[in-house]
This record gives sequence, C-alpha cells and structure tokens, in this order.
Amino acid sequence: MQMPAPDASILARKDQIVARLREVLPASAVISELSETRAYECDALTAYRCPPLCAVLPSSTEEVSAVLKICHEEGVPVVPRGSGTSLAGGALPTADSVILGVAKMNRVLETDYANRIIRVQTGRTNLSVSGAVAEEDFFYAPDPSSQLACAIAGNIAMNSGGAHCLKYGVTTNNLMGVTMVLMDGTVIELGGAHLDAPGLDLLGVICGSEGQLGVVTEATLRILRKPEGARPVLMGFAANEVAGECVSDVIKAGVLPVAIEFMDRPCIEACEAFAHAGYPMCEALLIVEVEGSEAEIAEQLEKIIEIARRHNPVELREARDEDEAGRIWLGRKSAFGAMGQINDYMCLDGTIPVSSLPHVLRRIGEMSEEFGLKVANVFHAGDGNMHPLILFNANEEGQLELCERFGAEILKLCVEVGGCLTGEHGVGIEKRDLMHTQYARADLEAQMAVKDVFDPRWLLNPAKVFPLDASESRRTFAIAAE
Amino acid sequence: MRPTSEDDLAEAILGAHAALSIRGGGTRPIGTAEGELLETGGLSGVTLYEPGALTLVAKAGTPLTEVEAALDAENQRLAFEVPDMRGLLGTRGESTLGGIVAANASGPRRIASGACRDFLLGVRFVDGAGTVVSNGGRVMKNVTGYDLVKLMAGSHGTLGVLTEVSFKVLPKPEAAATLALHGLSDAEAVAAMAAALGSPYDVSGAAHDPAAGRTLLRIEGFTRSVAYRLEQLKALFPGHEITEETEAAAVSALWAAVRDVAPLQGRTGDVWRLSCKPSDAPELAARLRAEALLYDWGGGLVWALLADGTDARARLGAFAGHATRVRGTGGVPAFHPDPAPVAALAEGLRRRFDPRGVLNPGLMA
Repeated sequence: MQMPAPDASILARKDQIVARLREVLPASAVISELSETRAYECDALTAYRCPPLCAVLPSSTEEVSAVLKICHEEGVPVVPRGSGTSLAGGALPTADSVILGVAKMNRVLETDYANRIIRVQTGRTNLSVSGAVAEEDFFYAPDPSSQLACAIAGNIAMNSGGAHCLKYGVTTNNLMGVTMVLMDGTVIELGGAHLDAPGLDLLGVICGSEGQLGVVTEATLRILRKPEGARPVLMGFAANEVAGECVSDVIKAGVLPVAIEFMDRPCIEACEAFAHAGYPMCEALLIVEVEGSEAEIAEQLEKIIEIARRHNPVELREARDEDEAGRIWLGRKSAFGAMGQINDYMCLDGTIPVSSLPHVLRRIGEMSEEFGLKVANVFHAGDGNMHPLILFNANEEGQLELCERFGAEILKLCVEVGGCLTGEHGVGIEKRDLMHTQYARADLEAQMAVKDVFDPRWLLNPAKVFPLDASESRRTFAIAAE
Repeated sequence: MRPTSEDDLAEAILGAHAALSIRGGGTRPIGTAEGELLETGGLSGVTLYEPGALTLVAKAGTPLTEVEAALDAENQRLAFEVPDMRGLLGTRGESTLGGIVAANASGPRRIASGACRDFLLGVRFVDGAGTVVSNGGRVMKNVTGYDLVKLMAGSHGTLGVLTEVSFKVLPKPEAAATLALHGLSDAEAVAAMAAALGSPYDVSGAAHDPAAGRTLLRIEGFTRSVAYRLEQLKALFPGHEITEETEAAAVSALWAAVRDVAPLQGRTGDVWRLSCKPSDAPELAARLRAEALLYDWGGGLVWALLADGTDARARLGAFAGHATRVRGTGGVPAFHPDPAPVAALAEGLRRRFDPRGVLNPGLMA
C-alpha cells in the first residue's frame, strides 16, 4: 500500500507544532512521545502501521476547533479517529499527521423521548447510545458488529450499517444533525431535532465522507421504541443457490425481516467448532429474524417457514424461547472470532444485487481454488452486503499480498455484477486504489470537488478514499500553496 | 429544449450561454425560475426492475404514473409516499421521478420509513459543465466514496440535471388502518402523536387537521398484526373520542388528503412549509397566525396558509428548523437562508458543480 512521503518540513517542526497544541489543550491531552504515539499507529486494519507526528485528545468542540485552527495554520494533516475499529484503515496516520481522537468526548447531551432523539458527543460508543435510552425501552438502530467499541464519530464517517439495517437503515438514515468543525476551525451546525435540510443536504454528504470534510463533535440521532419482541428462525439448505432463492422469495412476499444472515459451509464449520451452537452441517444456512408482539412474530415466521419449505430445507429450527434464540445467534455473532482462532483473515465488504448471489458465490469458490486460499462467507443477505473472509497465514512470506490480490478480484467481481466495493466498512486505504474500477474519472472528480470546497488544502484524513494518482494534482497544489 | 438522450442533454447544457430553467413534469415548481426551459421528459423509461431485489432504475423523465403501474403489478410501491402537489399549486402535467428527487418530495410515511433521499440508491446527472457524473448504484448498501446521491436529492437542479435514478422499493402491506382522535387542541394532538410514535406499534403516519378537529394515526402490515396494533394503540388513549377506519380505499383517501395538503387546497394566499422539532410545532404555528394549518410527521411538518406576501420567517422569529414558501411570491426567498458558514459551503458546491452558473441560477441561494 503506497502512502505519500511525509512532509519533511512538518517533521522538522514537530516541537513547535506540539508546543502550539499544548497552548490550547491540557498537557495530558497532547501525546508526542514515540512510545505513546504507537498506540495510534493503526486501526483494526493492522497490516498497515505508521506512528503519527503526535496525537491530541480534546474534550470539547472548542478544543477541537482550536486544534484544527493551529493545524490549518501550520499546514499539518489531521487524521480524525473515533475508537480505531476501522477495518478499512480509515484512521491510519501518516508520519506527518496529527491524530485527533474524540474518545474523551463521550457525554450524552440530551435525551428527548417525545421527539425521539438523543444528542451525544461523538466519542460515545454505539452500544452505549442504546444503553442511555434503554430504561425507557428505546434504542439506536444501526448496530455494526463492533458496536461495543466503535464510536459514533466513526459510524458517521463510514456511514456504518449492521445486521438490522434491512429494516432500520444505516447511519445516514438515522442521523438527524451534527456539530462539525471544519479544517480551518469554523464550527457549523447542520440539522437537529427537525427533519431535512433547508437548502442543500450537506448532512447527507458528510455522513460517509470518512473524516475528510470535517470533524463531527456532536450528533443528533434518531431513537426508536424497542419492538415488543424478536425471534429468529434458522434454516439449512443443500446449496447456496437455493438459500439465495429463498431470500429473494421472502423479500418478495412482503415480509420485512429485521435481519437475514447467510453463512456458507466453511463458515458454518468454523463457527460450530468454535461456539458449539448446534448448527446443522450443510451448504448454506440462513438466520431470519422478525419483530413484533408474540402473535405478530408467529404470523411472520409462519409465512417465512412456508416459503422456506418450498425450497426443501435440510433443517428448519424456530426459536421457542430466548435461550434458543440466543443459541441461533451465537454462532453467527462469533463468526469473526471463530475465524480469528483458526487463521489470519481478511474481511471484505462488497455489496451485490441479491439476484447475483448464486453466481458470485460460485465464482468466489472457483477463485478460491485458483488462489489456493480458503474463503468463508458470512453476510447480510437481505441487502446483498457480502463479507467474504479470506483465510491466510500472515507469517508466511507473500501470503498477505496474495490474499490482497484475491480480495481485489472478489471486489471487482462485485462491481462487475452491478454492486459496489464496500457496503458498510468504507474505502479508507484498503479499497482506495480500486476506486477506478467502480468510478470513472469524472465521477471521482465530482466527489473530489466536494472535498475541495470543505477542505481546500486537502489536510483532513490524507491519502484515503481517492486513488493517489487521482488526487495527486490537488495534494501537490495544496502543498505548493503554502 | 427537450433532449431525448443523456448525451443530447449534456450537449444542451454545454452549449448553454445563459440561464437554464430545469423542469421535470412541472408539477411542483418553487421559487422564481428564469432562463430557457430545459425539460427532462424526453429521457423516459424504466431501465431495470428487480422485484426480488426491491430495486428499480429509471430515466429521470419517467412519469411517476408509469413507475407506479410497474410497481403495482408486483404489489410493490415507492415507500416515501410521493405528494401530488398539483391541487395545492394549481399546476398540471405529470410528475417525473427526476423532479421528485430534485425536490426530495416525501409524504406522511417520511417519519417512519424515510424520505425520498433515504430510498434513493444511485443517480446519474449532467453537471453545469456538461460532464456526466454517476454516483451510488443499484444496491441497498453502498458506502463507496462520497454520497452525492443525498446531495443531489433536494438540490432542485442547481448542481446538475438528473438523467437516471435508482430506488429501493418496498412491498405493499397487506392491510392498513387509521385511528382518528377527535376534538384535540393542537398541543394535545402533538402530544398524542408523540405517544403513538413512541409506542412499539410501528405507526406509519401521524397527522393533525385542526379545522376538522381530527388527529390521524396510521398502521400498516399484515392483517392480523394491524388489527392487534390498532387495539393496542387505542388503549393508549382512554377516554378519548376515537373512530377507526379499516377499509383500504378509505384509509388510502385519508392519507392522500394529508399527503397532498387537501385542507389548504382551493384557497388563495401563500403556502408555507415548516420543518421543526415536533413538540415546538403548536407554539410556532401560533406565531404564524395562519388562515389554515395542517400538521404532518407528528408535528415535525406544518403546512400553513398565509395572506399573500406574508413573511412567515419574520413572524416565526428565531427557531430550530426551517420555513419554505412553496406557493406565492414575495420579497423574501422561497428557501430558508442557511447560516453564513453553511451558506458559504453550499455556494462553494454550486460554483464547483455549475461553474458558469447556468443551472437554475439563484433558485436556492
């Protein structure tokens, strides 16, 4: 992975820059010793590491503004960081950058049940937002797998999804407003407890902009009343194609499950060995969850099971109680952990049209043979968001590179069938150089024009999202302008 | 001008030396349009519809009626409930998908399911320099690059002219029912709607018509489930005068009237649309001293009829939200002005996407 060479003049001015940051932040909030900045050298994409120039941990929007103002004046790149759980390298520093972590900003500012909103500082973790409104039986819908650790700031930057977004939508559908600091220190407010924008929908473009347009410090989020109950049904099928058809039929029938999760044989085997969830050994497994009152759940499951029966399932297991529901989810929820136990793995995130599911799974199987690397598939089938896990051995010379080449081929396949490179993890550095396969030059130019307006000097979260060759003229121009 | 292909449209924009007034079906005009007319109606037709994937792609000038017919045949629909503004605005013609997106036109179901922008999966458009741009796609989850799809929704043709749009569609529910609470004051109605929307019963519409003294709550889904939730919902309002409507056509008519702002139709005056925090709505509405009002979105959307030329923003004073004049002309701009730093960003975007200022210039500024 190529990264731009660090700016030597910034490295040379490190002491001066750190000293200026210490003028606006408490001493403990500015981290500049290499032994300590190493904690920020990578996110969850651990194959790539680079300690930053320094890291700052502001406690308020005002402090974020002061930090950005200094960095803007000094021409120093800034890498915003939530909890550092990005699988795409969205928070990977460069040697000449300041990491701006929002972890200290984790307060709930307002809960308003009548208007169904919560306002939080963005360092707050995803799960603890739901936790803050649980006593009134409300919740915050987007639920990425990392929800225990990931911060709302990162959720907004990557427009995170989760298993339940089939019904509730992803972050952008649940984000109502932000307080955001632009690179020059200007604080702006967008949206709030009211819906829609008065003019252009800037909030819509900020969500998913991977921290490249501004640093979001506060967010107004939509909260929902919890359903009366929820229950999953587990179904096993003799072939991936059949499971794929079943998914399509369920959707067409008008049942809107909250989640439809898909696991293939390699994944089922690994999960079973790890979690002993009692999964049947078959080619494909679906977990379909529905919500509502007891009677409503029964009615929906009845319809789903009737559809499933038409596809000759090898197993049909309806959860009769909480305990059984827990066990059905246990295997799926431990999929990543199970994989981690047996191997190093790389998790992909492409989305495909649901109708292409059988074709894509077959091609992945063929490519797996060609590359000599095993793949386990676990994904959100209802919306076509795939998560192929490519297994490799990081200690073996050349395996990471082989795995990355294989991964790139799978993502190209996703684009080829009408899908996209990333459904919920973001581009970061991981998919940066593949952007040309999905977007023409003019498409990327239009996106970069947005960046030009919000961050004319291209200082925020450098070298992410856009292929370096596409952004080169802008980055060099920005440096020359200094 | 009425180009019939994306290439011709790009050429028309490239060749323009003065302002262009962009028009889809012309059913929901807003503000003052100046310049040569550029119509998108020539770009028409559904290009892809996969009911099993809940996806529909169509050219921007495709009439809504054509799309609805295709969806109807598969028992599906556009879930954001497109308002028909012809009655309110006195316009004619056929609403187009591109126009709907450009206006981010969303009806009563917006509070439960989302707005037009939430169902929009991808766009193709021609920017002010005549360049064709594609963003998003046809899949439901897509975070690849910046989300220009949302930016284009509601941009009223000022950043580019849409040529193709992709939507997530949804199955039609088996049944629908509406509960009507009678005789509530505006404040009581907003509180009742908040209670309903804060219940676990998936209320998909919450509107209050003060003139009729009626507060409507809608439930949709499978028949048995609708019946169950209707009873549960009723139990939230003991002692109220309540009627219910479960006949499909009647439920549909009730919500079409809310969607299309029927109570304000056929009357003279300016029409304003207020987006606010629902609990603020009754107090803000009182400040307006309107001739007629309609509350939708649980109070988050207030339609107000005011005498010609009234500056609703002056009456409202400072508040959290925005007020748009959807009918009428006057000294103040139709769109609510953004605060200075936000306005600067919006202006910057318009300059980048339309450097020569030919696309509906001045409309949103």
